[in-house]
Amino acid sequence: MKVLMFGWEFPPFISGGLGMACYGITRGLINNDVDIRLVLPTKRGIYSESQIEIVAADEVELSEHYRSLLESTYSFKTGKELLEHTISPYYTQSSAVEFFNKYQHLMTQQEGAHGNSVMAFSGNYGKDLMNEVFRYSVIGEYLGSLKDFDIIHAHDWVSILAGVAAKRISGKPLILHIHATEYDRSGENINQNVSNIEKFGMEHADKIVAVSYYTKNTIVSHYGIDPHKIVVVHNAVEKQKQIERFGIKKNLLDKYVLFLGRVTMQKGPDYFIEAANLVLKKLKNVRFIMAGSGDMMPKLISRAASLKITDKFHFTGFLNRVEVEKMYAMSDLYVMPSVSEPFGITAFEALLYDVPIILSKQSGVSEVLKDAIKVDFWDVEKLASVIINFLQDQKLAKEIVDKCKNELKNIHWNNAGNKLKNLYHAISFSHN
Amino acid sequence: MISICFYFQVHQPFRLKRDYSFFDIGVNHFYEDEDSNRAILNKVSEKCYIPMNRLLLELINKYNDRFKVAFSLSGIAIDQFQKYNPEVLTLFKELADTGCVEFINETYYHSLAFLFSKSNFKRQILKHKQLMKELFKQNPKTFRNTELIYNNELAHFIEAMGYTTILAEGADHILGWRSPNFLYQPSGCYKLNLLLKNYKLSDDIAFRFSNRGWEEFPLTAEKYASWLYSVAGNGEIINLFMDYETFGEHQWQDTGIFDFFKQLPEEIFKHPDFQFINPGQAHEYYTPVAQIDVPYFVSWADIERDLTAWLGNPLQNSSIEAVYALEKKVMNTGDQDLIDVWHKLLTSDHFYYMCTKWFSDGDVHKYFNPYETPYDAYIVYMNVLNDLHETILQRQKAKKKQSRKKA
Repeated sequence: MKVLMFGWEFPPFISGGLGMACYGITRGLINNDVDIRLVLPTKRGIYSESQIEIVAADEVELSEHYRSLLESTYSFKTGKELLEHTISPYYTQSSAVEFFNKYQHLMTQQEGAHGNSVMAFSGNYGKDLMNEVFRYSVIGEYLGSLKDFDIIHAHDWVSILAGVAAKRISGKPLILHIHATEYDRSGENINQNVSNIEKFGMEHADKIVAVSYYTKNTIVSHYGIDPHKIVVVHNAVEKQKQIERFGIKKNLLDKYVLFLGRVTMQKGPDYFIEAANLVLKKLKNVRFIMAGSGDMMPKLISRAASLKITDKFHFTGFLNRVEVEKMYAMSDLYVMPSVSEPFGITAFEALLYDVPIILSKQSGVSEVLKDAIKVDFWDVEKLASVIINFLQDQKLAKEIVDKCKNELKNIHWNNAGNKLKNLYHAISFSHN
Repeated sequence: MISICFYFQVHQPFRLKRDYSFFDIGVNHFYEDEDSNRAILNKVSEKCYIPMNRLLLELINKYNDRFKVAFSLSGIAIDQFQKYNPEVLTLFKELADTGCVEFINETYYHSLAFLFSKSNFKRQILKHKQLMKELFKQNPKTFRNTELIYNNELAHFIEAMGYTTILAEGADHILGWRSPNFLYQPSGCYKLNLLLKNYKLSDDIAFRFSNRGWEEFPLTAEKYASWLYSVAGNGEIINLFMDYETFGEHQWQDTGIFDFFKQLPEEIFKHPDFQFINPGQAHEYYTPVAQIDVPYFVSWADIERDLTAWLGNPLQNSSIEAVYALEKKVMNTGDQDLIDVWHKLLTSDHFYYMCTKWFSDGDVHKYFNPYETPYDAYIVYMNVLNDLHETILQRQKAKKKQSRKKA
């Protein structure tokens, strides 16, 4: 069984959960003896992964002949119809600037190594995103034309056009893996072009994999897809390495309550601040940390300043992977107040560091962590009182961590890989 | 006689490390971005302070003491000259030795202390005064507050401290129909003299000199002198106040700014009724023509000429309140290093970087701002302040422990 997989992010270039999930999924599939050819926009700076064949779109060389041929083909035309405007649903100036500054050295390091590349891809969520998605589909069609694989697996809307193009030219079945929809990213103010692409992909896929029932429900209700076409495969977490809190010293003595993720509307950072404000009125030795960046930063910084809590409420900005791990290790409580969270892999990560968690009811991860404390994202008073409970009751905190970690034992990428492998077989079988 | 009164502001803040993050709080107590502070100071010294100081010395020599200018050097700019470029300070001392240069008193840390702590305000003035005495052998009788921030209350305070002259912005909304080209007195004062900046003629040099879109471009010394002459008959003193960095830094050398200034005294002296004086001499030549009532704060910043460059948005308000709230705790430590570090956080520039009004003055704000956004400036500042607070708390705890042991 050989899979042609289209991804977008890969560690350490991750701005959200997609990159980490993609990484886990490929590991789980390899352990289930599935061969993967993983296509990414670029290879620059990513972790090398010897067991996976990684194809970088910006290194694929197309002949002049094939290029002109491609121009007249279907993917170009459909692309043009779909992409009337160049838009960028992820793009926020602050996060893009921070991201770029952090990784500039990595990106420029290897420049020149592929001077022959036909197309330039950043693999980020920059201003040029729609054009990149479009060019990516041309590469998808070319790789599809090689027909040296059994099944196509595409992750999220950015790789949908590539996946559908590969399916059209190869006749092989397509699985579309949905980690987040436009409704999760943007609430009701959706980017119509993006949701059009999503609907297009969902309709053309042979099967859809959703990362949670929460997401499956979104796909059914917002995109009108038949629920029978959707399979739920929950995300998991890498557990091989035993994580040690030992050796990481907290910089301050107070208890740390952590928010970690993109600082955007759907992650509910504003509810976190309001809850923090309530808690800080009652407890002294606690600090709140907002780790991450996003388009809501200016608004939230102003809000925290207005509440005059910035002596106890801290913003770290974008954190790299090492800093993220340090942040988890220093934390005493993790809060995920998402307004809409298709999965929420960070909850797993926090547990690996023995950090108790409070989850939003509006999250996919709460489906598998049944013992976690859950609140409605909008119920700030409830959230505040639960935070206070956790901080004052060490026994409760430990009990929840232990229970959740127990549940975590059965959640493994190998299981997710196994489910996907079975799905591949079932589809290829019915396809032939 | 009509007097030309030049006063130049020299100031450089101690900029903070732009990457001072949450993880540094409680661990890293070094806040200053020494590399960029040194680099900027040396760059500006090279482009402005050194060549312009030399030019002024040359002009004073050439006109046999008839040419005069005044300076206000912030204490922390002087600290940085001593640390990074003592040659600049030597030249300032030479200027002081000519007897033609007045050094004006200001807050040592270029702060907004008057608005938040009168006792600290006074402390900073006296510290700066002491420095003027030591370096330049002058006992300042003229005061200017940070960024020409001024109101009646400040004038009364300064009069009570024994000063004879104070400087302020000649903003339209405080002058009304009056001209800035006279000596005034602050409302309710009986000894203190008030010099108001002629912002039009000052900004012609400071902001418009190299502007090719300006209808008066290019500005020659001859043309500028003719504008000054036109005051004859309806004014007595023309106050030209500006940042010293105008010469060579804001207006680069290749704009001809140095040649312009070199030529200017000669053009002015062509008119027999014109002379140069220092701010502190104004009351020897003139008596105040009226009292000026300024109930609200004015400054020389932005088109608003108010405090909104430093105060008003939540970032600025919360951070400046937080830093002044530490005053007592800091002073109680008695630790000179901590006290000095805290004072450096009072410098107005930190709050200027947090300004969120990006309209016509946005360009100026951006030019002087080491941060990408005002939010970055705020985060770094609060991280630093939180570390300082933490340090003080640790000291207090240690003290208590010690005293308990003794008991």
